[in-house]
Amino acid sequence: MIESAWIYGLIGGLMIGSAAALFLLANGRIMGASGLIGGAIDGTGRSNMAERLAFLAGLIGVPALVALVLGAPETHLTPNLVLVVLAGLAVGMGTRMANGCTSGHGVCGISRFSLRGIVATLAYLAAGGLTMLIARHLLGVI
Amino acid sequence: MRLLLAFLAGGLFGAGLMVSGMTDTTKVQGWLDVAGRWDPTLAFVLGGAILPMLVAWRVAAKRRTALLGTPIPPAPEPRIDTRLLAGSALFGFGWALAGLCPGPAMASLSYGGPQGLVFFVAMLAGMLGWRLLSLRQAKTA
Repeated sequence: MIESAWIYGLIGGLMIGSAAALFLLANGRIMGASGLIGGAIDGTGRSNMAERLAFLAGLIGVPALVALVLGAPETHLTPNLVLVVLAGLAVGMGTRMANGCTSGHGVCGISRFSLRGIVATLAYLAAGGLTMLIARHLLGVI
Repeated sequence: MRLLLAFLAGGLFGAGLMVSGMTDTTKVQGWLDVAGRWDPTLAFVLGGAILPMLVAWRVAAKRRTALLGTPIPPAPEPRIDTRLLAGSALFGFGWALAGLCPGPAMASLSYGGPQGLVFFVAMLAGMLGWRLLSLRQAKTA
């Protein structure tokens, strides 16, 4: 049985991939969310700052506009701020350490058959699955 | 032109994250919850996103520069080091804990409530933290 969430997932995924294709073929850039924001705030991306900021403005601004017109989807993010801060710190530090996240290593890396992208994706999937197992099923904190 | 196209790419990325349901943390956590009520949605998103990029890399391989004249980014050296593995593991840990990665964290910034903003600020702090650590390492090396 096909669930509608899967269809939306596929359509949204095609949009994400088309965005990455546009950014690569028009601008000559890899669409990696962590690299684009990381380079904008830590001084390493000074040479193409305007392009980074334009991309980030679209990434934040267009969903804001869509939410305004069509209503905002629920994020269900936990209100437990200790978890939120810990998760944010880990995601920020980890993605910069590994030089990429789900979009850079996952979408752009795997489609290029990049060994680094594939290994990174396997590593964060494994770590995520293990964390879920321990934090949800053993400790019951999430 | 460059800025307009960057804005459009960012906007399409954000809208895609929204449509796909990836700004809903329960979908991401459900995908990682293999022992619980497993949600396969993320596989459709990642698969759907990889398809256009398979074509894009093929087109890019035939060109030296992108349309606006920037060189096509060269493939990185296929080096697997501890930095890649430890960083990805740390990212996976945080990703599971909150159900957010950098793209959706920014796409949902306007509607993710105060805790979404807290996540974003903590993420920026983690990024700057890594920058400080690597600068210190470079100084002592």
